[in-house]
Amino acid sequence: MAPDLSVSLGPLRLKSPVMCASGTFGFGEEYTDYLDLSQLGAVVTKTITLQPREGNPPPRLAETPAGLVNSIGLANPGLEVFLREKLPFLRRRRVPVVVSIAGNTVEEYAELARALEGTAGIAAVEANISCPNVKEGGRLFGSRPATAADVTRVIRRSTSLPLLVKLPPLFPGLMEVAGAVEEAGADALAVTNTLPAMVIDVQARRPVLGAGTGGLSGPAIRPVAVYLVWQVATAVRLPLIGMGGIATASDALEFLIAGASAVAVGTATFGNPRAMVEISTGIAAYLEERGMSNLREIIGSLRPGGCS
Amino acid sequence: MATLEKGEIIANRCLAGPYWEIAVRLPQVAVAARPGQFVHVRCGAGLWPLLRRPFSLFAVDREAGEIRLVYQVKGTGTLALTKKQPGEELDVMGPLGLGFPLEPGLRKIWLVGGGVGMAPLYFLAREAAASGLTCDVFLGAVTAAGLLHQELWRGVAARLELATEDGTAGHKGVVTDLVETVLRGNRPAAIYACGPLGMSRRLAVMAAAAGVTGYASLESRMACGVGACQGCAVRLKDGSYRLVCRDGPVFRLEEVEGEPDGP
Ligand SMILES: Cc1cc2nc3c(=O)[nH]c(=O)nc-3n(C[C@H](O)[C@H](O)[C@H](O)COP(=O)(O)OP(=O)(O)OC[C@H]3O[C@@H](n4cnc5c(N)ncnc54)[C@H](O)[C@@H]3O)c2cc1C
Ligand SMILES: Cc1cc2nc3c(=O)[nH]c(=O)nc-3n(C[C@H](O)[C@H](O)[C@H](O)COP(=O)(O)O)c2cc1C
Ligand code: FES
Repeated sequence: MAPDLSVSLGPLRLKSPVMCASGTFGFGEEYTDYLDLSQLGAVVTKTITLQPREGNPPPRLAETPAGLVNSIGLANPGLEVFLREKLPFLRRRRVPVVVSIAGNTVEEYAELARALEGTAGIAAVEANISCPNVKEGGRLFGSRPATAADVTRVIRRSTSLPLLVKLPPLFPGLMEVAGAVEEAGADALAVTNTLPAMVIDVQARRPVLGAGTGGLSGPAIRPVAVYLVWQVATAVRLPLIGMGGIATASDALEFLIAGASAVAVGTATFGNPRAMVEISTGIAAYLEERGMSNLREIIGSLRPGGCS
Repeated sequence: MATLEKGEIIANRCLAGPYWEIAVRLPQVAVAARPGQFVHVRCGAGLWPLLRRPFSLFAVDREAGEIRLVYQVKGTGTLALTKKQPGEELDVMGPLGLGFPLEPGLRKIWLVGGGVGMAPLYFLAREAAASGLTCDVFLGAVTAAGLLHQELWRGVAARLELATEDGTAGHKGVVTDLVETVLRGNRPAAIYACGPLGMSRRLAVMAAAAGVTGYASLESRMACGVGACQGCAVRLKDGSYRLVCRDGPVFRLEEVEGEPDGP
């Protein structure tokens, strides 16, 4: 019998632990030529803001060894266009829709959450308090326990939807932020957003990216992301969504074993648009080979290090 | 509709210097492809290059189900592509983007290509010729070796004008100088361009001054190639950002920002 891959992230139930990472999968419609969205655990939208954002000046992408540095700057059509033009399409696919939101102020997060509250077809809200590519809001909120808790608490009061909070990579301090967000009422935590990064054109002696700096994603950050997930897993009881450089089932299993209940795939989709489906199949095969019937048997199953 | 298709490489050879051509059997891509569209190619197997690379369709044989790309070796991705052997598979997404529109009623069009930018124009010239249009073709390169596939071009061009920056073939100078000269006594129904951004920007200014409309294929670095990541934005004349992969790569010349004032 095929193993049961379903998971619960608090009140949010998914039939597969593999979802897309916000910002790498648009609003789902862009990839329908390549995969059946109903095979995914969830579709997490590009982060939306109250007003449309045009994003940062190009170039917005720079490839590095096994990595990608981006400085998109939360380019998105804004809440109104999302609800009118993007959500209706997603609602018709049989897949839970997680809407990623970001605000310049705590009140903007609340307003977004309220607007989504009464809307059919939304399974959960993911608060992005970790974008490195915007000046206001974003990462500023996620960098300190007090502000991270404030945002979480205010969104919690504004919506009854399951609330995921996406954290930035912090060294040190992530455990404190995670703990504060848990206490403030989040249902699950997403770890991690991109790592602050920079690429320099040595001929011109200028930054390659139009915005100067950006965020690193892809296989280059995977060991760092696994470490962060493992660390947060020891600090909170909330379910975690692990991400950062996942390209194969084995990569995804590292996060699950470290303590994540689900995983998200971002940059890998650009190289292989079917990566998420293949990863899901690979996880099932891994469980089956070991005679495990349920994904739960692998989550947080890390054994002590050293020789066996 | 675009697909993810893996097809057998039929040939992959050096044309001259850094310029290569690859032919791949990809029936689904071939049947849907239109001139000016591009394919998103997995050039290597490992993690470096991690992302796909976009290439315009140079020629498409729908019956044989084959596509041809002409590419210039620039860095990691294109270098990895040169290592692919006939018989191996190439992993391709496509056809992607919006191609060159050929509005009905056009009689004579000009094609202006800079360097390897001539690639999508050849596919366009073939389709245009098939629907009875006359193409005057202007091609520029840094040096004679960069004027690729001249014999093929002679077969489709009513008039073929060449320019090299070092004067080793054709007019000495940039291709836009040549276009400017001919534009004094002559006027096409539309200009279709692909080349470095500077070339397209200068053409936009010249075409506007001459009251000629046209299209230019623009470049940008890409990640997804399908409009999902917002990575490939270019700024248009009206100040707005557009995605090269989804809103382009072909834009109206009128939308292309003219030459900058400063250097
Ligand atoms: C729609 C479209 C169609 C294209 N069609 C063709 C084609 O038919 N033939 C062809 O040879 N090339 C074409 N290109 C360009 C081609 O995609 C790039 O040259 C290629 O991605 C370079 O990859 P690389 O890994 O070899 O170089 P990299 O290692 O990525 O880069 C080498 C150098 O070029 C710079 N660079 C890379 N990509 C770009 C870019 N897009 N714009 C400006 N600078 C860049 C890098 O910063 C670096 O300095 C097209 C591009 C687009 C967007
Ligand atoms: C092009 C790009 C755009 C992104 N946009 C967003 C975004 O809008 N909101 C967000 O929370 N994360 C965004 N991210 C971060 C990803 O969701 C993910 O956290 C990160 O890329 C690490 O995963 P990966 O290595 O699998 O890509 C973006 C990443 C990339 C590469
Ligand atoms: S390359 Fe991703 S939006 Fe164009």
